[in-house]
Amino acid sequence: MTDPKQHIAWHHLLYLLLSITMVAAPHAERLPWWIIGLVTALFAWRAYLGYARLELPNRWLLFLIAMGASIGVFLSYRSIFGRDAGVALLVIMLGLKLLETRTLRDAMLLIFLGYFLVITNFLHSQTIPTALFMVACTVVITATMVRLNYARAEPPFRVQLRAAGVMLAQAVPLMVALFLLFPRVPGPLWGLPQDAFSGVSGLSDTMSPGSLSRLTLSDAVAFRVTFEGEIPRRRYLYWRGPIMWDFDGRTWSVPRFFYNTPKVEASGEAVSYEITLEPHNKRWLFALDVPAMVPPHAFISGDFQILSSDPVNQRRRYEMRSYVNATYGVSENRFALRRALNLPAGLNPRTLELAQSLREKHGDDRALIEAVLQIFRSQNFAYTLEPPLLGENPVDEFLFKTRTGFCEHFASAFAVLMRGAGIPARIVTGYQGGDLNQFGGYLIIRQAEAHAWVEVWMRGRGWIRIDPTSMVSPLRVESGISAAVSRSEPLPMMMRDDFEMLRKLRLSWDYMANTWNQWVLGYTPERQRWLLSNVGIDNATWQKLAAILFGLAGVIVAVFTVLVLRQLKSQVRDPAKAAYLRFCDKLRRKGLPRAPAEGPVDYARRVEGSRPDLSPAVAAITRLYVALRYGTENSVAALRDLQARVKQFSA
Amino acid sequence: MYAVLKNQLFSWLFQLRGPETGAIVLVQRRVFILPTRQGLIFAAALLVMLTGSINYTLGLGFVLTFLLGALGVNAMIHTFRNLANLRVTGGRARPVFAGESAHFTVHLENGGNTDRYAIGLTPDRKTESFVDVPARTVTPATVGIKAARRGILRPGRMTLFTRFPLGLYYAWAYLELDMHCLVYPHPANPGLPLPPAAATTGAGAEHGRGQEDFSGLRQYHVGDSPRHIAWKAAARDQGLLTKQFTGRAESELWLDWTLLPQAMGVEERLSHLARWVLDAHVAGLSYGLRLPGVTVDMAMGEAQRDRCLEALALYD
Repeated sequence: MTDPKQHIAWHHLLYLLLSITMVAAPHAERLPWWIIGLVTALFAWRAYLGYARLELPNRWLLFLIAMGASIGVFLSYRSIFGRDAGVALLVIMLGLKLLETRTLRDAMLLIFLGYFLVITNFLHSQTIPTALFMVACTVVITATMVRLNYARAEPPFRVQLRAAGVMLAQAVPLMVALFLLFPRVPGPLWGLPQDAFSGVSGLSDTMSPGSLSRLTLSDAVAFRVTFEGEIPRRRYLYWRGPIMWDFDGRTWSVPRFFYNTPKVEASGEAVSYEITLEPHNKRWLFALDVPAMVPPHAFISGDFQILSSDPVNQRRRYEMRSYVNATYGVSENRFALRRALNLPAGLNPRTLELAQSLREKHGDDRALIEAVLQIFRSQNFAYTLEPPLLGENPVDEFLFKTRTGFCEHFASAFAVLMRGAGIPARIVTGYQGGDLNQFGGYLIIRQAEAHAWVEVWMRGRGWIRIDPTSMVSPLRVESGISAAVSRSEPLPMMMRDDFEMLRKLRLSWDYMANTWNQWVLGYTPERQRWLLSNVGIDNATWQKLAAILFGLAGVIVAVFTVLVLRQLKSQVRDPAKAAYLRFCDKLRRKGLPRAPAEGPVDYARRVEGSRPDLSPAVAAITRLYVALRYGTENSVAALRDLQARVKQFSA
Repeated sequence: MYAVLKNQLFSWLFQLRGPETGAIVLVQRRVFILPTRQGLIFAAALLVMLTGSINYTLGLGFVLTFLLGALGVNAMIHTFRNLANLRVTGGRARPVFAGESAHFTVHLENGGNTDRYAIGLTPDRKTESFVDVPARTVTPATVGIKAARRGILRPGRMTLFTRFPLGLYYAWAYLELDMHCLVYPHPANPGLPLPPAAATTGAGAEHGRGQEDFSGLRQYHVGDSPRHIAWKAAARDQGLLTKQFTGRAESELWLDWTLLPQAMGVEERLSHLARWVLDAHVAGLSYGLRLPGVTVDMAMGEAQRDRCLEALALYD
């Protein structure tokens, strides 16, 4: 930037537009159409004004547009302070700012806004491709900033791109030091807008027919698990999530309060593992059935549901231990048991009838349960991702008419039958199974593996898990969902077993993404502490961290400075001498070499003696050289003259 | 008292040591650097980005913020490098008339392997001129300074500066080169006619020759037009000779201080004499100049004009 008040040129504008379009483009998929239209129009308008060298619009006009757009944002988002509304406003203001960008100073402000817009993209996506694209954006923005700072000749843009790339690359070591050592504080610093973490999928606190089968359409990762030892067999991989007690005839829901702390009588050893949970914006944490411990910042409810003290709105890592074989809840609260028998009056009458008749037939609870499972097994029930819609009495319709359903149908019907027969029952939702990533040795549990099962309570035995789905479709539990549903069903590609190559590719990509999540995105204060204790720095207070950071940063900057400034030292001879040596070289090739101790004047005399035809040129070159090197002459013109004469000289 | 202290501090801090002869190499101690206003805004923007990253726990937000922060540090070194180790020599400044701009040329020699861009030179922080200095070249940078009074004009302390490559920092060095420019008196408006000339003997012999007629060679004097140098003779190793040309008429004309009205002040007289010198030169006359205590002998041509004007400029 030569003079900050200097007006920007057309080519400056062009590259500013390029940079800003690049960073704003990813927002387009989330912005309402009218904002995209408005901003595109503003960009085009500014480009036209710049191209035609016209005056920029009146400030009042821009102010009116800004007011109108703010009202529009408010109407679209019902707020102007939320995260999405804020981004929308920022994009609009960027377009307006462009329309009052006259000088280099304004252009620099736009550059800074561009950097800021890069960060807003991370609110929505922090994947590796996003990161790569944003690196490209940063290079282009930086190159544009370099371009604003030339005074005379502007090299082509690729020169600036390279310059920006080099400068950013040189910034990486210091960036890494800052990233690893900058004292991390757990966010947020203040209350976030309500929409800060919207748009994540996952289980919900209610379950009605169709709610889980909808989830199976998503191959989004729910969480990843690294086991310390061997991975338990697939049929033990029941990942416990929200537990539902209350039924209104159609929908199961999680109660608002919980009973007393439960008891687990373990049998067998606990398995240890670490879960990295993707944000789902709800409070529950998943664990293998049944959890043997409670991770930090969480508690466990009476039905063994682990609840975080805050909604999980960022990726969360926690260590867990579970008993795969355990007896639990033998002495259950009697209010809880009564609740586990509640059924809405008057709904699903045929189911209740069936339950009553079974109760009359079988006095023993176990025999009754076996009888119900036998019904599921034998009566032509089908497991499908696309169950038919159900009406007023969904359980009746399912059991006696449609007989096709997904796990929530089976679980719901089973639980209603149990309660109707007087056996306390509750629905457990969560995930079943997991996909082994052999590259990273961890299990991936996807939303598509969402599952629901039932727990019944029997005197002296506590709560027992029963998965009615496995009666209908044993493959679902033994081999996973892809084996259990027919090929025509709309299961996401990743859940299919065919396309082996593609699956491998996706798995290795998932491995990279997981490493990325663990180390770049999930670099939390805890991980920072863990890393430092691994290199021998325990109890790192922020003062200690800051001291180390300053020391390391100082070393990096010092080394870098030395490396950069080293190239500056004059390594080149006097250009006059360089030209003269080229001249001597030309003569040498014609058999007239200069003697080692021969001065320029003597040499010229000797050359002129043997080649009188060269005399004028040799004399002139020698005279200029002597004047430049030993005399008072220091003008550029003389140097240029010498260089030109040497170039033209031919012996 | 405060001013004195401030002066002391500044001359220690910025190593101000008065005019220096020869070349100045911008060693690291001579180059200073501070963030520009844009640099401060950039830092503020980074703070906002850092706060946002903490608040929304954006891992990549941290990466970007720290990358840009490191880029900011990096930019400081690059801006410094753009100026450091330049070798600066003062060039000659052509004489000007009072009221014109004197153009001072400074030669910037970049001996290193990196191109230097957008290097500015300013005598007063108001007028600036920018040059690029590619690697291994010498590039002249010229600034104009208003020459208000006749005499010798020194550019004073000039500032060589740069904001390249990112405009976040302002690096500068003070140059106090031993340069000067001769400022001739401002020529008065044409009005007073030239004083009468006394015809010289033998002038008739040269009558009728054109101005471009060659009349012989003489030793080269500094200030002779390069167009008149006998390069062929120079190439024959006869030393630098100036070709002389004769005008139409050669008559003895004395431009004398005493010929001007008594009422005129010193500057006014010098101004009128300057006008006469110019007029006599244009007319192709041979003339001499007499000032109290200074006499320029009879001669003609550009060299004579310059000698006379110099005498007028330095008169005191």
